[in-house]
Amino acid sequence: MRLAEAFERRPLLIAYICAGDPRPRATVEIAELLARAGADVVELGLPHSDPIADGPVIQAAAQRAIEAGMNTDVYFEAASKIRANVPLVFMGYYNMIFRRGLDRFAKDCADSGITGLIVPDLPPEEAGPLRAACRKAGVDLISLIAPNTPIERIPLIAENSSGFLYLVARSGVTGARADLQESTKALIERVKTPLPKAVGFGISTPEQAAEVIRAGADAAIVGSACVDLISRGDLAGLEELIRGMKAAIGEARPI
Amino acid sequence: MKITDASMKRFGRFGGQFVPETLMQPLKELAEAYGRLKVDPQFRGELSALLSNYAGRPTPLYLAKSLSRELSRKVYLKREDLLHGGAHKLNNVLGQALVAKAMGKTRLIAETGAGQHGVASAMVGANLGLDTEVYMGEVDIERQKMNVYRMELLGARVIPVRSGSRTLKDAINEAMRDWAGSYETTHYLMGTVAGPHPYPLMVRELQSVIGTEAREQILNAEGRLPDAVAACVGGGSNAMGIFSGFLRDEATKLIAVEAGGRGTSSGEKIADHGACLNLGEDGVLHGAMTRILQDPYGQILESYSLAAGLDYPGVGPELAHLVEVGRVTPAIADDGAALEGFSRLSVLEGIIPALESAHAVGFALKNPEALGEIAIINLSGRGDKDLATVMDHEGRGGR
Repeated sequence: MRLAEAFERRPLLIAYICAGDPRPRATVEIAELLARAGADVVELGLPHSDPIADGPVIQAAAQRAIEAGMNTDVYFEAASKIRANVPLVFMGYYNMIFRRGLDRFAKDCADSGITGLIVPDLPPEEAGPLRAACRKAGVDLISLIAPNTPIERIPLIAENSSGFLYLVARSGVTGARADLQESTKALIERVKTPLPKAVGFGISTPEQAAEVIRAGADAAIVGSACVDLISRGDLAGLEELIRGMKAAIGEARPI
Repeated sequence: MKITDASMKRFGRFGGQFVPETLMQPLKELAEAYGRLKVDPQFRGELSALLSNYAGRPTPLYLAKSLSRELSRKVYLKREDLLHGGAHKLNNVLGQALVAKAMGKTRLIAETGAGQHGVASAMVGANLGLDTEVYMGEVDIERQKMNVYRMELLGARVIPVRSGSRTLKDAINEAMRDWAGSYETTHYLMGTVAGPHPYPLMVRELQSVIGTEAREQILNAEGRLPDAVAACVGGGSNAMGIFSGFLRDEATKLIAVEAGGRGTSSGEKIADHGACLNLGEDGVLHGAMTRILQDPYGQILESYSLAAGLDYPGVGPELAHLVEVGRVTPAIADDGAALEGFSRLSVLEGIIPALESAHAVGFALKNPEALGEIAIINLSGRGDKDLATVMDHEGRGGR
């Protein structure tokens, strides 16, 4: 399913997992579980040895996954086996894409059912070549906006994004956080774009997910909280978290 | 030949800013502040005074008579080992710390491998009254206990890095993560010419004092330019520092000596060397497109060298470019050649070189013809810090 189609039924819940954690073979099952429990989009992280935008939880997951044998070939094989009626989105670092070749990587995404890419270390100034490859392959390239992105820079980022815009809720790296900053609400208001706005980084509870939806976001993204539950082998807890978040965002802004 | 363009973020196809959006604004603010300050007379005066009176510049250019006799040519040593702290690192650190102060930052963070950049950062933090925290891999902390103690003595806090390979590359990752959440109060003091723009440019310019002095000194001593300038390369800051003085002198050969470690092959996760200019491939590491050591999928390999300061799986993007356009010649010295350089220079000249700098000396011993008739070797640091490593290597139980 395309992202544009999914966003017709907003608000959405987007769930991130690190592919290959704890084992490459578990990824298909976990992705399908997320979709079943109510995730509207599944973000499939490709583990990298040097994930500079990630906090300790996702760093550790990436390390486990690499050690368990996850690599780009295994990743696409897993993605193509996922049977779920939700869009799959790639999330990963630029060197993994560059190394495979931009055109080949974008085509592999399209061929394995991935409809969009999020590349956290690729600002719009560096994204031209990958954007061209994505356009050719017919997949979206989703840009990120940070809390400290100056207002005059927002159009550059927004115009170079497709699918949705990823609003980073706070500075620093990925990982759960107790409070949702007032600045997140301001950020959602500040960003003017026809694209859907998805907010991530630091969202770990149904209450926080509901809060960003009430503040005007079109989607809430949960990452480290999922990865944390998976690291403890608590798939029942993962299912419960996703159900809880989905219900909470539905109440926050009834469809 | 257009070698570099100071106004650009790239050196040919290398360089750039491959960083999370959160870091784009801090990098922009840093580039603007540095661009403004580097032409500001007051800033230049302050930096120049610290370089002379605190750090001990200018450093001598010393004609190594016995080494010259042995190699049948004139070999000069640029004595960065005599700089305060025992290595060239302070040139960069003083400049960046003054930039940080002018920007109103109250805290410095730095990464360190062998500990030399960490020690230099701690010295400057103490001197300028800035809180200093140094990220250091757990493996390196174990290898370099003395430098950890030096940093603590100087009032800095050493933060152990337990992620990834627990070495220099992971310390840089951790410093970048810290900075993404702390830049409002904190300056990230990067120690080499790697990383996203403006670091490769800024660190090269702050280190260029080495090359500027050396060029003037050799002209005074010999009345002509050297045939070759050799320097060891890990990230590349001492090499870019001295090379930058001679970039336009196209008859002067610039030799970048990389760590050959224990061989030129690579395992699944660990390479046997740190020779990115010689054996690396295009890729992105720590925010820059450069030559890196990586596996077929783009995972970064761990590098290896007996010299911790050359143990890095990437290299400055400007060096990658200068090698590509043919202005810099890449070379390799392995652990054995470095140890040879270490002991020969000690015996011949009464100078114990850092194991890093010993790679350049070792290269010269093995390839004297590459130096021409008159050459300069950048002696980037002194070897006291390496005694335990060398004793261990000789089976004398240095630790």
